[in-house]
Amino acid sequence: MISLTYGNDTHTCEPGESVLAVLLRSNVDVPYSCRAGACHSCLLRRSDGAVPASSQPGLKPTLREQNYFLACQLVPDEDISVSLPDDALVTGHAIVVGLEHLNKDICRVLLEPATPLYYHAGQYINLRRQDGLARSYSLASVPSVDKHLELHVRRLDNGRMSNWINDVLQVGDQLDFHGPYGDCFYLPDAEEQDLLLIGTGTGLAPLMGIARDALRSQHRGDIHLFHGSRTIRDLYLDRCLRELAEGHPNFHYRACVTGEDAVDEVRHGRANEIAFSEFPDLNAKRVYLCGLPAMVNTARKIAYLNGAAMENIMADAFEMTDLRKEERTERE
Amino acid sequence: MSESLFEKLGGAVAVDAAVDIFYRKVLSDDSINHFFDDTDLQAQRDKQKSFLTMAFGGPNAYEGKDLRSAHAPLVERGLNDNHFGAVAGHLKATLDELDVPSDLTDEVMGIAASTQDDVLNR
Repeated sequence: MISLTYGNDTHTCEPGESVLAVLLRSNVDVPYSCRAGACHSCLLRRSDGAVPASSQPGLKPTLREQNYFLACQLVPDEDISVSLPDDALVTGHAIVVGLEHLNKDICRVLLEPATPLYYHAGQYINLRRQDGLARSYSLASVPSVDKHLELHVRRLDNGRMSNWINDVLQVGDQLDFHGPYGDCFYLPDAEEQDLLLIGTGTGLAPLMGIARDALRSQHRGDIHLFHGSRTIRDLYLDRCLRELAEGHPNFHYRACVTGEDAVDEVRHGRANEIAFSEFPDLNAKRVYLCGLPAMVNTARKIAYLNGAAMENIMADAFEMTDLRKEERTERE
Repeated sequence: MSESLFEKLGGAVAVDAAVDIFYRKVLSDDSINHFFDDTDLQAQRDKQKSFLTMAFGGPNAYEGKDLRSAHAPLVERGLNDNHFGAVAGHLKATLDELDVPSDLTDEVMGIAASTQDDVLNR
């Protein structure tokens, strides 16, 4: 007898029944629509093991990698635990073990999770203060290389969390988090493929994670990282990136500023525009875009028009709506 | 039984080959691209895929009333015969680019043309 666990309940699967059929028969309210593997409404995630590729038609590689599947397409042949994409992960606890101001507005936060966190560099976590205030931050660290979780927190005008992290947070403090989330990370499925990484502001955090993850995985294609800021003073980890480029012939770094003239190796212009003018044909490339939504959405369209396949465009837009609003749960 | 149009064109594989060529043409055309919300590129591309599947004579769940309700907001924003013609032109150019034989192209264009009144809500 095969059992299916969803939330706190366990259900018995009849022979030949899909996960969706079992849940619907048991009156579990899960989203679904076409029941034919096309609409992706019934997306679930297996939390206790791998799923067959036949249950993942049309899913992005990053979702496949995390054992997401379509409930209507999976007939379990062993006991299985599943959850909705959003409850897949529980609250984690972490201690602040490092704080470093990388420039006047950006703070590097190092966290030690209470239990080891399984994540991909470039995903993000929702960091939660003891009073419940929560914001999303991307992971710049690489699991197999870095001992701690690394976040880059840019101080925003009226940003309650970001100012608190920059001014008040101390080494030794405890923070809770949910995650990891996000499907913008390195995939070792095409090691010859050139990667184009484009980020603005702290969009550098996930891209540094992704670039270092690719290098650690001995990625053989070229990795081009374009980082955009307003001024040269807003750039950060510039030296660290130059050193990384010196140590790895296939890693290339370009800093771009919009608010100042070009100086030495810093280019003048928008990072996405400079990247696409250097690489007009994206047919065989994989493109990663992280940062402000305006840049990410524009660049995503241009990348597609310039030949990048839709599944080769990985994007993480740091959504921020009205900064004056009292309550805010968006990314900082 | 003779092969259907969809089979002659190569089925789902042909749709996959055509969808990016077609959607890139549409997105690059300033006379119509304001009708195509580009904030969710993936969802838009999926819609183009449904459209092509239908135009290629393939299995689909499209009905006249679906086409009407889906395009009604665009008609309110001024969608007209010129825009329809532009999209049809991109479809034709896509088929030409893929070297689809002219008799099959004619059939596809015929199916596309048959949707004009539903799309324009007439």
